[in-house]
Amino acid sequence: MTITKVNVRNQVISKPNARLLAESITIQYDHRVISKNLSIEIPEGSFTVIIGPNACGKSTLLRALSNLLKPSEGQVLLDGKNIHSYKSKEVAKKLGLLPQSSTAPEGITVANLVAHGRYPHQNLIRQWTEADELAVINAMELTNTLELSNRFVDELSGGQRQRVWVAMVLAQQTPLLLLDEPTTYLDIAHQIELLELFKDLNEQGNTLIAVLHDLNQAARYATHLIAMKNGKVIAQGKPCEIVTEQLIEEVYGLKCMVIEDPVTHTPLIVPLGRAGINEN
Amino acid sequence: MQRINFGRKYLQLNGPLKMRLDVRNATITAIFLAVIVAISVFALMVGSLKLSIDEVFSALFGQTSGFKRTIVVNWRLPRVIVAIIFGAGLAVSGSIFQSITKNPLGSPDVIGFSSGSYTGVLFVLLVLGSNSFSSVAIGSLIGGFATALIIYLLAFQGGTHGFRLIIVGIAMSTILGSINSMLLLQSKTEVALSAAAWGVGSLNGIDWEHGLPAVFLVIVFLLLAVVMNRPLREMELGEDTAKSHGVRINRTQGLLIIIAVSLTASATAVMGPVTFVALAAPQIALRFTKTTGSFAPTAVIGSFLLLGADVLAQRIIPGTILPVGVVTLSIGGLYLVWLLFRQARTAS
Ligand SMILES: Nc1ncnc2c1ncn2[C@@H]1O[C@H](COP(=O)(O)OP(=O)(O)OP(=O)(O)O)[C@@H](O)[C@H]1O
Ligand SMILES: [Mg+2]
Repeated sequence: MTITKVNVRNQVISKPNARLLAESITIQYDHRVISKNLSIEIPEGSFTVIIGPNACGKSTLLRALSNLLKPSEGQVLLDGKNIHSYKSKEVAKKLGLLPQSSTAPEGITVANLVAHGRYPHQNLIRQWTEADELAVINAMELTNTLELSNRFVDELSGGQRQRVWVAMVLAQQTPLLLLDEPTTYLDIAHQIELLELFKDLNEQGNTLIAVLHDLNQAARYATHLIAMKNGKVIAQGKPCEIVTEQLIEEVYGLKCMVIEDPVTHTPLIVPLGRAGINEN
Repeated sequence: MQRINFGRKYLQLNGPLKMRLDVRNATITAIFLAVIVAISVFALMVGSLKLSIDEVFSALFGQTSGFKRTIVVNWRLPRVIVAIIFGAGLAVSGSIFQSITKNPLGSPDVIGFSSGSYTGVLFVLLVLGSNSFSSVAIGSLIGGFATALIIYLLAFQGGTHGFRLIIVGIAMSTILGSINSMLLLQSKTEVALSAAAWGVGSLNGIDWEHGLPAVFLVIVFLLLAVVMNRPLREMELGEDTAKSHGVRINRTQGLLIIIAVSLTASATAVMGPVTFVALAAPQIALRFTKTTGSFAPTAVIGSFLLLGADVLAQRIIPGTILPVGVVTLSIGGLYLVWLLFRQARTAS
């Protein structure tokens, strides 16, 4: 279960000059505006975590940042150029996305699904090479899915399946990773293991952007935290600088206590609930 | 040596084409190809004048001349080649539509593209009074595309819902069926009779002159389908994932629909609507290969079905040559009923 640094290093792409920012974008589905005039900068080499209540527009923002949804106003810049002006495969070589939910084709095996992550690196006459094979092995090793490789994806447990999807994004070997709730379905040990893997990837020079619902994990692992509500950014910065009782109440309408995490000294959020209210 | 256990056997090719060859798919394709060759030789031997295997081969390779060569090369061979190529075209067309609609019922013969092509053909034959191949082919293509467009507009509002497309398609198919009858009833009998013969789909009387242009078209569109196969397989992962892998969804889907409609329309222009092959071949291939992912097994199974059905149609009632469409319609009807029942049961 241990993750060796050697493996992680293979994961890094040689030029870590990726840079992603949104310039006053308006994102909407048909006529429903989700975010208006939103500007966001993903710091170079950061592990950025986005938090916020359900339906506040986190997934929508990731879709805009990864060119899945074209902003009706403003633009998303990738390495200084409008992301829309790139060839779609070029974007896919720089930026990988783990959507919040995915469906696997019927009857596909784990290794074959992970192999789909190599698509942006392939073409009609170069459909499968040594490099593809190495990337797939490496991604499956990192996510501990190698022993599942010949199983059918539809016959896996929810958590196993989630790790396979993560492996597929890792096989894409992009310097930028956008992860929408990567830890859903995972038990606590696998959650921490995956977050540690992301931390290692980040320390090797990759830029990560993840949506997380667990505030304590967000505060512990994020180097840059973005708190959203109703499609707007309420606060952003280092977790230890921005996570306060007021912020959590403003964003979630939840009373809580913020104490220091005894292990990492990052903010630890303890919800009060009814018990806490009664005491006061 | 294969270092990853994919759960399937692959053969790595490292020539100019670098790919993993799926061993099971390749084996099944090879077996069906052998069967197709055997049926072809049989089809070249039998008929009102029976020939021996030696006579067939010497006619094919030019050692014989005269009447026997004419029979084999000019009369029987075009029919065999056309059946093989059209069968592959229909099957791949069905496979594309079933993959886009994510539904085994989403095939051009069920959702009305074949009927639409036939309407186009009837319009050219009966209303415009032309019967050259090019005008019939254009009529067939326009009919197919117009139907595709109408179904698209009616069914694709608010997302691509496979089942909705199929319901609208079946309705379209029925409406077009009555339009076709109307066109036939309103025309002069002798023209209508020859046009009506198209309605069941037939390879009777096919020759090189009428078959070759369509065979050429179908081969071109089959090659295009092979090029588009990889993005199509990415789309099976869902739109978001496909897009994040660099697939341009709208362009890919549009091109695939054009390819699939053209495959069906080119074949329909020559032999009329033939059902069942597009519907069943991809599903039979899936049973054999246990995977989607390659058109090759689907294509050879389509060839096998159409060629087999045509040989059967010529032999099943001694002394009479049935249109191949009658045979596929009977088998296909039963298969469709079974498929609908099974889907209705899983849906409820
Ligand atoms: N495809 C869509 N079409 C129309 N509206 C959508 C679509 N996807 C999301 N929405 C709406 O956009 C808003 C933001 O959704 P989004 O998925 O971005 O929320 P989220 O912050 O990711 O929530 P969660 O934490 O539940 O995943 C919601 O009101 C949702 O109903
Ligand atoms: Mg979400």
